[in-house]
Amino acid sequence: MDEMKEIVLEYVVDEYLDEDEEEVTYDSPLISSGIVDSFSMVSLKRFLENKYKISLPDDEATPEAFDTVNSICRLVKKHLG
Amino acid sequence: MSNIGSYKERVKDFSWDMAREVLDWKEGELLNIGAMCSDRICSRGMGDKLALIWEGFGDRSGKYTFRDLKDYSNGFAMFLKEQGIEPGDRVCIFMDKIPALYFSFLGILKMGAIAQPLFSAFGDESLEVRLASAGTKAILTTGKHVRKVRKIQDRLPELERIIVVEGKRDRLREGEIFFDVEEGPRVESFDVFRSGPETPSVLHYTSGTTGQPKGALHVHDSVWGQALTTSWVLDLRDDDIYWCTADPGWVTGTSYGIIGPWSLGATQCVLDSGFTSNRWYQFMQDNGVTVWYSAPTAIRALMKDGEEVVRKYDLSSLRHLASVGEPLNPEAVIWSGEVFDGLRFHDTFWQTETGAMMISNYPGMEIKPGSMGRPFPGIEATVLDLATHEPIREPGKVGLIAFRPGWPSMFRQYWKKPEIYRSKFVGASDDAMPEDLRKDTGLWYVSGDRASIDADGYFWFVGRDDDVINTGGHLVGPFEIESALVEHEAIAEAAAVGKPDEVNMEVVKAFVTLKPGYEPSDELELDIMNFIRKRLSPLAMPQEIEYRDKLPKTRSGKIVRRYLKAIEWGEEVGDVSTLSDE
Repeated sequence: MDEMKEIVLEYVVDEYLDEDEEEVTYDSPLISSGIVDSFSMVSLKRFLENKYKISLPDDEATPEAFDTVNSICRLVKKHLG
Repeated sequence: MSNIGSYKERVKDFSWDMAREVLDWKEGELLNIGAMCSDRICSRGMGDKLALIWEGFGDRSGKYTFRDLKDYSNGFAMFLKEQGIEPGDRVCIFMDKIPALYFSFLGILKMGAIAQPLFSAFGDESLEVRLASAGTKAILTTGKHVRKVRKIQDRLPELERIIVVEGKRDRLREGEIFFDVEEGPRVESFDVFRSGPETPSVLHYTSGTTGQPKGALHVHDSVWGQALTTSWVLDLRDDDIYWCTADPGWVTGTSYGIIGPWSLGATQCVLDSGFTSNRWYQFMQDNGVTVWYSAPTAIRALMKDGEEVVRKYDLSSLRHLASVGEPLNPEAVIWSGEVFDGLRFHDTFWQTETGAMMISNYPGMEIKPGSMGRPFPGIEATVLDLATHEPIREPGKVGLIAFRPGWPSMFRQYWKKPEIYRSKFVGASDDAMPEDLRKDTGLWYVSGDRASIDADGYFWFVGRDDDVINTGGHLVGPFEIESALVEHEAIAEAAAVGKPDEVNMEVVKAFVTLKPGYEPSDELELDIMNFIRKRLSPLAMPQEIEYRDKLPKTRSGKIVRRYLKAIEWGEEVGDVSTLSDE
């Protein structure tokens, strides 16, 4: 789980933040803070599906479920079985 | 009793002078939107009334009176003047929905310049195209977004001033200027530019099916249309707390998120935070929102989260709901009636070019769920036959939505593109000038959308008449996406079309052929998606990419988008005899 958190956090920082923006932690809000908007969630979801070879149902890939690295990893873990 | 009273009566006795009556406007007063939304409200004894209730992410919030609006917009006006900005110069506002956006918008208008608001999620390429087109002289932005400006500033010789209004001062680079209007001394009076009805005010960029986005230029005279529709369609009253969810980077956010409500002296709230159902409902509950103007995409997203979420909040303050951006499906209208204590969303139709609502559902008028409603009083609207361009008399027959020119908020030109402006008017002569076209009541302005009219005079939306993609209520031009796609190292050719989507109505789908040496893969798809998201915007990012060996083309080599779009929508592909066999 810790490794997954690191991977997801690194992806979020690389793709959605500029180098000198505030530090993001596993609990930092991503959607409600506006770092990741609802359209960009689609590419984040695609990353998770590609990386972990899973399919995340649309009704579970909600803004709430994608709001922190921790909540994203919980969702991914559930689908990893 | 609603502000409009009887729709039928208003149609019968209509005159645009009614807008002057609604604003209690006296001949000889200064017609400047910046001053009308702030100074004029103060001079009418409402300086202490709340104008803006603002909440950002986390604990950030602020409340501002009309006196604050006046002083802070004066502050921006004076600062811009000191920076050498002159009347008629284009000043871009490129920031999130923070209070400085609203103050600066009014300040730009007060000093006679043209406000050019751009959506802060635009990537550097989208920004560059629009700044270059407008010859923008100054940009107001924040520490968060100034990086995108830095990437392109060397290619924008006319951009003389980069002004950062929020963020860390010590991170500014040489040549950039920091200006926090709330930090400085209040500017209680400013000699407002003596604008007239035809003085340019706002330049909004909108996407077309071919070529790069075009700037639709509006003038100070637009305020009559915006104020009267705000009063009659949104039904705003003195004691309302109004929430327009739109971003002022788009026309709804300026016409109905600034000009309409504030010219009437209404209190409005703004939420600058990402979308979640809980956050939105909480915001409405906390602020006692009474009138809510939103978009079908957001409404459908709220529907998806279900009734239980709504029930957690006390939304009894709500009294009127309206919607804009794309057609509102009947299910959403019915759902809102069920969960918001009998209140149904009133759909409205208009576009960047019209500047104000044109076809709407009115308080007190029967709503036919799924219908766009009826033309605003004083607006002559019809649908034109697709082939002959003659008005259709037969109920239910689909044609092009068209309006007689001459309403006050109508755009006055596409920035430096008179031929494209002319092409929007059916029957215009080849040498007609923009100022003639907008007054010629023998012409029809064609909106680019298709609809039918039923026997009761209600309009029913059918779809776009072109390839422009309406995603989440925002128009995205396929040409702009395709031009960016072929800049990706792996892509040889590209076509972008809208594909149906349950929440956003349409999302972007790209068809691409790859250059030799590249193979289709999930990783490449994600790379292309992110490439477009950063260059253009998240809205323009293809949500699906289909790899093809070749794209359908005419014999002259032009990619045929309509063929690909028809397949996506499960429609007949039509005549394919002109396609190349290659």
